[in-house]
Amino acid sequence: MANIPQRIIHEYLRHDKKFPHVWCAGCSNGIVLGAIIRAIASLNIDRNDIVMVSGIGCSSRMPVYVDFNTLHTLHGRSIAFATGVKLHKPHLKVIVVTGDGDCAAIGGNHLIHAARRNIDLKVIMINNNIYGMTGGQCSPTTPHDAYATTAPYGNIEPDFNICNLAMGAGASFVARTTAFHVQEMQSMIKDALQHTGFSLIEVISACPVIYGRLNKKGGAPQMLKDFRDNSIPLSATEKLPPDKIEGKIIRGILRKEIRPEFTAEYSALCKKIQTAGGE
Amino acid sequence: MTEKDKTKTTKEKASLAAKPESKLEEIQTKRERKTVLMQGNEAVAYGALDAGVDFFAGYPITPSTEIAEILAAELPKRNGAFIQMEDELASICAIIGASLAGAKALTATSGPGFSLMQEGIGFAKITETPCVVVDVQRVGPSTGMPTSPAQGDLMQSKWGSHGDSPAIVLYPDSVKESYELTIRAVNLSEKYRTCVILLLDEVIAHMREAVCLPDIANVRIINRIKPTVPPQWYKHYDENQKYLSPLASFGEGYRYHVTGLTHDSHGFPTNKPSEAAEMMERLRKKISYNIRDLVQIESYEMEDAKIAIFAAGITSRAAKAAIATARAEGIKVGLLRPLTIWPFPDDAVRKMLRNVDTVIVPELNQGQLIHEVQRLTKDKSDGGLIPINKVSGELITPNDILNKIKEVC
Repeated sequence: MANIPQRIIHEYLRHDKKFPHVWCAGCSNGIVLGAIIRAIASLNIDRNDIVMVSGIGCSSRMPVYVDFNTLHTLHGRSIAFATGVKLHKPHLKVIVVTGDGDCAAIGGNHLIHAARRNIDLKVIMINNNIYGMTGGQCSPTTPHDAYATTAPYGNIEPDFNICNLAMGAGASFVARTTAFHVQEMQSMIKDALQHTGFSLIEVISACPVIYGRLNKKGGAPQMLKDFRDNSIPLSATEKLPPDKIEGKIIRGILRKEIRPEFTAEYSALCKKIQTAGGE
Repeated sequence: MTEKDKTKTTKEKASLAAKPESKLEEIQTKRERKTVLMQGNEAVAYGALDAGVDFFAGYPITPSTEIAEILAAELPKRNGAFIQMEDELASICAIIGASLAGAKALTATSGPGFSLMQEGIGFAKITETPCVVVDVQRVGPSTGMPTSPAQGDLMQSKWGSHGDSPAIVLYPDSVKESYELTIRAVNLSEKYRTCVILLLDEVIAHMREAVCLPDIANVRIINRIKPTVPPQWYKHYDENQKYLSPLASFGEGYRYHVTGLTHDSHGFPTNKPSEAAEMMERLRKKISYNIRDLVQIESYEMEDAKIAIFAAGITSRAAKAAIATARAEGIKVGLLRPLTIWPFPDDAVRKMLRNVDTVIVPELNQGQLIHEVQRLTKDKSDGGLIPINKVSGELITPNDILNKIKEVC
C-alpha cells in the first residue's frame, strides 16, 4: 500500500459532518473504517458509485462520516435495504457495515437469504461480542461463560459462528480477520470489492469500554494483543493438531468461489423473456 | 372421468392455448375495445405498471398475492425488478432502498404483513422516501380470517408506526377505482416524498368487474422533483418549496446521508430541539398545507338529504343500494364517501354534519371511522350518530343499512 498517500482517509470523510464521532476511546470501529477507505482508494472506485448501508448499533454509525451515498437504516434490516438498492442499480458497489447483534440476531434472516441469492453485497460485520450501544447486553456472538449485563452470571448459550452460517447459506466470499490485522483486513476488503457475489467479512473487534470491562479484558491495547496471540491463519491450521486450533480465531479467506450472482441472473432473465416475447 | 368431462377438459385446454400468452397482451387487446373484466388485485397490478412502478419486493400473503404474481410476470418484460423477499420486514426495506436508488417502488400485503411493515413505513416517512404499500385488508387481529373481508386497518394505516407521522391513505370502492387510486397513490408518493398506503377490501381485491381503462397516453403521471442545483448546494430536505423537496437518487453524484434518526435539513442526525422540531413540523405541514390536493370525497344524493351515510370501500356500495331503495320510498338519504381516508376529510364531514339530522356510519370493524366523525360533532348529541358494525367476516348488506335508515327516519 506504499503508493497510497498518507491520510487518504481525510479525502473520504465528510467535511460538513460535525466531529467528534460517537465511538468510545479504544473502539475498533475506526480501524475498520480506515481499512475500508484505503481499500476503496486503492481500487480507485468512483465514490458516486459507492453506497454504504448500515443498520443500528455502534458500527452502524459509520456511514454518516464518509463521503459516499450513505444509508443508515433500521435495526437488522441493512441487508434488505441494500438488496433494494443493488437490484435497482446493479452497477453500484453496495457495502453493508453491520455488527454482530444487527447482522446475526435481529437481521439473521436477511443475512442467510442474501447469501443464498448470492447478491453482490459486501457485508462487513464488525463483531465485538456485545451490544455496545445499549450498554452491554448479550449478543449471539457473546462467548459461552462471558459476562454481559443480561448475562450477569455468565452466558449459558453457545455463540454463533457467523462465517460458517454464511457459508452454509451459500455466500460466495467469506473471510475472517481481527482488528489487530489491519493490512490483512484491508486486503480482504479489496478482494471482496473485486469479487462478484455475496461477500461477508467478519472482523473480530475490541469493545474495551463495555465488553472489555465486563469481562476484565485489560483495555484496548491488551485486547488487540490478544487477537494477535489467539488467532491463527487458515493456512496454518492444516499443520496444527486439533488441540492447538481449539478456541482460536481462524483468520483468512474461508471461501471464494464463482457462483451465479443474483442481479446478473435477473438481468439475464429479463433479456431471455424479452427475446422470447418478440417471437 | 366421464366422456363429457374429458371433452370439457379438452375444450378448456384448447381455450387456454388460444389465449395470448401474456395477460398484459390480453388486457391491452381488450383495451382497444376499452372494456376489461378484471379483479381488484389485477387492477392494482396494472395500475402500478401504468403509473411507472419499476420495482416490487413482496412476500406472499392472502388476499393480496395476485398483485405479486402479476408483477412477477410483467416487470421483467419491462426491465423492472421483481423480488420475492424472505418476509415483509425485508419487503418494505427493499422498496425503500430501491426508491432511494431512483425506482418507483411498491409492495402489497395484508394484515399480518402490514403489521410487520410498520417500522419500515415509519422509516420511509421520516426519511421522506417515496413508496407505496397496498394493504388488502382481511379479518384480524392476528391470522384472523385470511379470505374474509374486514375494514379493521383504518386506524393502523395512520397510527401503525410509532411516533407521530402524518399519513396519506387512499381507499377505493371498486375495481376501476382500485386502478385509478393505485396510480394516484404512486403519484402522491412521488410528489410528497412519503409512503402512501392504498387500502383495499378483500372483496374488491377478488371481485371481478368490467372496467373501462383509459389509454396509457391519458394517464397522468407525476415524477419526483429532481434537484437542479449542483451537489454541493443540495439539501436532502429542502423546506423552501411548499414542503415539497427535490430528491436525488443514489449514484447521481449527490452523496447525501439518509438516516432514521431525527435529522437536520442535510440529513445528518441531530439532538438539537430546534432542528428536531423543524423536521417534525415539515412532516406535518407537508400534509396539512396540501389538504385540498390530497383529500378526495364522493358526495352522493346529498343535496336534500336529511340522513347521511358515511362509509368507505365496499361498505359504501351497500350504502348506495340501500339509498336507492330508501329514495324510492321517499326517504331523503345520501352518502358521503372518503376516497382519501387520511388526511381525514374534516371540512366535508363538517358540512355533512351541518346539513343532516342523522349520520349512519357502517363499517366492517368495531368502530373506527365513527370516532373521526364524532371528533367533528360539536353541536350534535350522540343520538344523531349511529354505528353499524360487523366483524364476522360477512359484509354489511344493503338491507342492514336500509333497516337502520328506516329505524331513524
